[in-house]
Amino acid sequence: MTVDTMPGTPSPADAVPPAPGARPAPRRRRRRLLGESGLAPYAYVGPFFLIFLAFGLFPLVYTAWVSLHEYRLGGEMTWTGLDNYTWLFTSEQFYNALWKTITIGALSTIPQLALALGLAHLLNYRMRARNFFRISMIMPYATSVAASTLVFAQIFGRDNGFANWLLSLVGIDGPDWRNGNWTAQIAISVIVIWRWTGYNALIYLAGMQSISQDLYEAAAIDGASKWQQFVHVTLPGLRPTILFTVVVSTIGATQLFGEPLLFGGGTPNGGALGQYQTLGLYMYQQGWQFGALGRAATVAWVTFVLIVLLVVLNTALTRWRTGERSTRRAAR
Amino acid sequence: MSTTTTQLREAAIAAPVPPAARRPRRRDPGSAGWVAYLLLALTAFVFLVPFYYMVVAASRPMAEMNVSPPPLLPGGDLWSNIQKAMEQQDLVKAIVNSTIVSGAVTVSTALFCTLAGFAFAKLRFSGKNVLFGIAIGTMMIPPTLGVVPLYKLMSDLELTGRLASVILPFLVSAFGVFFMRQYLVQSLPDELIEAARIDGASSLRTFWSIVLPIARPGMAVLGMLTFMTMWNEFFWPVIALNSSNPTVQVALANLGSGYVPDQSIILAGTLVGTVPVLVVFALLGRQIVNGILAGAVKG
Repeated sequence: MTVDTMPGTPSPADAVPPAPGARPAPRRRRRRLLGESGLAPYAYVGPFFLIFLAFGLFPLVYTAWVSLHEYRLGGEMTWTGLDNYTWLFTSEQFYNALWKTITIGALSTIPQLALALGLAHLLNYRMRARNFFRISMIMPYATSVAASTLVFAQIFGRDNGFANWLLSLVGIDGPDWRNGNWTAQIAISVIVIWRWTGYNALIYLAGMQSISQDLYEAAAIDGASKWQQFVHVTLPGLRPTILFTVVVSTIGATQLFGEPLLFGGGTPNGGALGQYQTLGLYMYQQGWQFGALGRAATVAWVTFVLIVLLVVLNTALTRWRTGERSTRRAAR
Repeated sequence: MSTTTTQLREAAIAAPVPPAARRPRRRDPGSAGWVAYLLLALTAFVFLVPFYYMVVAASRPMAEMNVSPPPLLPGGDLWSNIQKAMEQQDLVKAIVNSTIVSGAVTVSTALFCTLAGFAFAKLRFSGKNVLFGIAIGTMMIPPTLGVVPLYKLMSDLELTGRLASVILPFLVSAFGVFFMRQYLVQSLPDELIEAARIDGASSLRTFWSIVLPIARPGMAVLGMLTFMTMWNEFFWPVIALNSSNPTVQVALANLGSGYVPDQSIILAGTLVGTVPVLVVFALLGRQIVNGILAGAVKG
């Protein structure tokens, strides 16, 4: 995301010569007027930054410090250096959680954003009942993780679940969703996709509406078909928006917690074999089931480093892929 | 000074809304064909069907849901299922608690983020870009990562189990500052602030009489999004609160963690916890959609 400096909106006053008798207001004067003297601006941003430091930034940074200690729930912190990291990187459960986070993340993010792009394209048409469609698209987003997971946990029941009944209509013998490795991950991904697709579609829609008409006209004059216009005008125009949604969805994927927790009936082990234990669930299990807060902080800090790496990677990929490449990928 | 105030107010009301900076001409995408309608209707159906399923399951005894094919129409046991859910979890208290928490967070977010957003949009001060960069950069960092020190902090303050422990960490949001800055850059003309300054209004008076009235629509949208997000907040409340003093999400989590999973009762409770959101949606759905559209980051 670019942080652009304040765009000076050209004021009509600049263009019109001052009326006789009017107070002349040279540019320099305006600068000084807007640039408030002294501490006033800091008083405006102060409350936000104070609260933000105390409850946002400080806990995050302090997590790194806690990870170097043994810290039991209700006990004191004792310095243990890198012991927690030695434990973490030799723990099979950690690698399982890392891998599951990545696979569920991919299973939920990629279809979600692809569907959202198509949906945004449809929502962009002039149509009747526009508001009905838009509102129904974000109803899932307005539903809480807990509520949607509890509903889907029933839908994905083994014997009498709604999903398996639908499958039986087309002659497929429905799987035991919860206990299968991939089926459990797919079921959890479906919950995430259901909740977030409509929201992302609206974000893409906003992006589409800010692409200039001139580009489409130029493409049409050059003889581009509707599909070519979509590939060569819409997609490149959406690139910053797509990057934004990819980054946000990636971060969301590393934080997956409520869905796997409640899908497994409130226990943080993520299935009998940990087949859907994400990093978030693993951290919660260490800290609040086993009472090892130092280890939980270590998991959190490693997750943070992972997020930074992923964001850098995402940004680099998007920068590196020229328009041609990205469109070819999208067209596939 | 009172005359100045009324003049300021009038100036604020009479001020022309400035044209948004370089808004491109919108393309007319054409009308939707029947294929588009069909696909949209299908998608809407998929998005809405779980809500319907929730109502069906919540209004029947569990035995009736466990047959194949499952019933597709609501039954008559909704009330008794809700009562059973209430015996398991104090849903009334949970809804009151969630309202308190979401309300407090909404008010403080709207206030503090408008203050900061105004300074970032319209004032010049040294370190402005660095500070804004920090706010935006951290917007991406999930708050859950600081959960261990946060838990320690709340334990030390002896706040765990109380609503304050859930309210404090969410009093402000970086997104709110970003949102209000975008809004004020577009809809607050510099001339108004200058006029107020020339008339000798203090900074705070300028904010009160000019900035706030203009910021109000943006604050309303931010408030709706904040309330909804906070109502649905899951991870931190589950850690900080216990079942004797839950928010709606904590109560639902406990309901879903029972040893005897009676799905009808669980879904009856879920329905009760979700109805407030559905009601808000019925009333304000359009504004929420427009809020998301407006708050979307335009590259």
